Amino acid sequence: MAFTSFGAFLAMGGHGPYVWAAWGVTALLMVACIVHARFERRQLASAVKRRARRGDRHPPHQARHADDT
Amino acid sequence: MWTFIHKWGSPKWFYAISAKVQPWCWAVSLILIATGTVWGLAFTPTEVNQGQGDSFRIIYVHVPAAFLAQSVFVSMAAASLVFMVWKVKVADMAATVMAPFGAVMTFVALFSGAVWGVPTWGTWWMWDARLTSMLILLFLFLGVIALRSAFTRREGGSKAASVLAMVGVINIPIIKYSVDWWFTLHQSATFTLTSRPLMPMEMWLPLLIMVLGFYCFFIALTLMRTRSEILRREIDKRWVRDLIKEAQ
Repeated sequence: MAFTSFGAFLAMGGHGPYVWAAWGVTALLMVACIVHARFERRQLASAVKRRARRGDRHPPHQARHADDT
Repeated sequence: MWTFIHKWGSPKWFYAISAKVQPWCWAVSLILIATGTVWGLAFTPTEVNQGQGDSFRIIYVHVPAAFLAQSVFVSMAAASLVFMVWKVKVADMAATVMAPFGAVMTFVALFSGAVWGVPTWGTWWMWDARLTSMLILLFLFLGVIALRSAFTRREGGSKAASVLAMVGVINIPIIKYSVDWWFTLHQSATFTLTSRPLMPMEMWLPLLIMVLGFYCFFIALTLMRTRSEILRREIDKRWVRDLIKEAQ
């Protein structure tokens, strides 16, 4: 352990704001990547299911381009 | 070689095989990042030689992000090449999903570097060769994303984005050698293949673990999002429908 107490760990020898800002933004963005990927996955899975059930060709799914089927 | 390319190029095959590989990538990445985080933040002794104190702990997010930013761009350019030469659709799908993650990693590298610069250099930004070339990398990622979505027909967007990715890859050696070619504020490479790292082992080992963890994260995320992209583009294909029937 490099720190004697939890308070010292948070303070980071006076560099707390810098260390926690850098780590915080990194963690936040990486978690956001996972959340976004899961959301996208779930949306597409339900779009596929809906399509299979109805058998129709043009329900509003996540089309990115005009020529998306 | 040809059968290999065609196999990987088949969305159906890729969809099946990536489902098996993906959980392992997530697990390994989670273990590595968790280990590296606890070790780097709490157990690595405070830096004393350069008088950086605990601000050096930013290295454990800064260096992996900077590595990834460049590796993602190279991977994206390679995927674009495979798409342009062999018309492999999966390669184009992979390139599509890599770009936003690359932009995120580049931003993380720039942001953590700026935050680190305040206590160590006394400034958060300098128009220094390394910093400027990384900023260009961010714009290249954003350019690739914008270009892809600027076309009404997917084919056009894919081709334009591929060309920009392949041309933009010239920036990578510039980033790498910027610290040697120009006089810069940024320090030179932390890891090289030819010599041992200058820092003590208890400092670079957690860094290596974090770098590997970030790489696994990239692979896992790319597999996951490529699978979504396959569904998006192949939603009306027979095999996707059969997939649902099997699941029910």
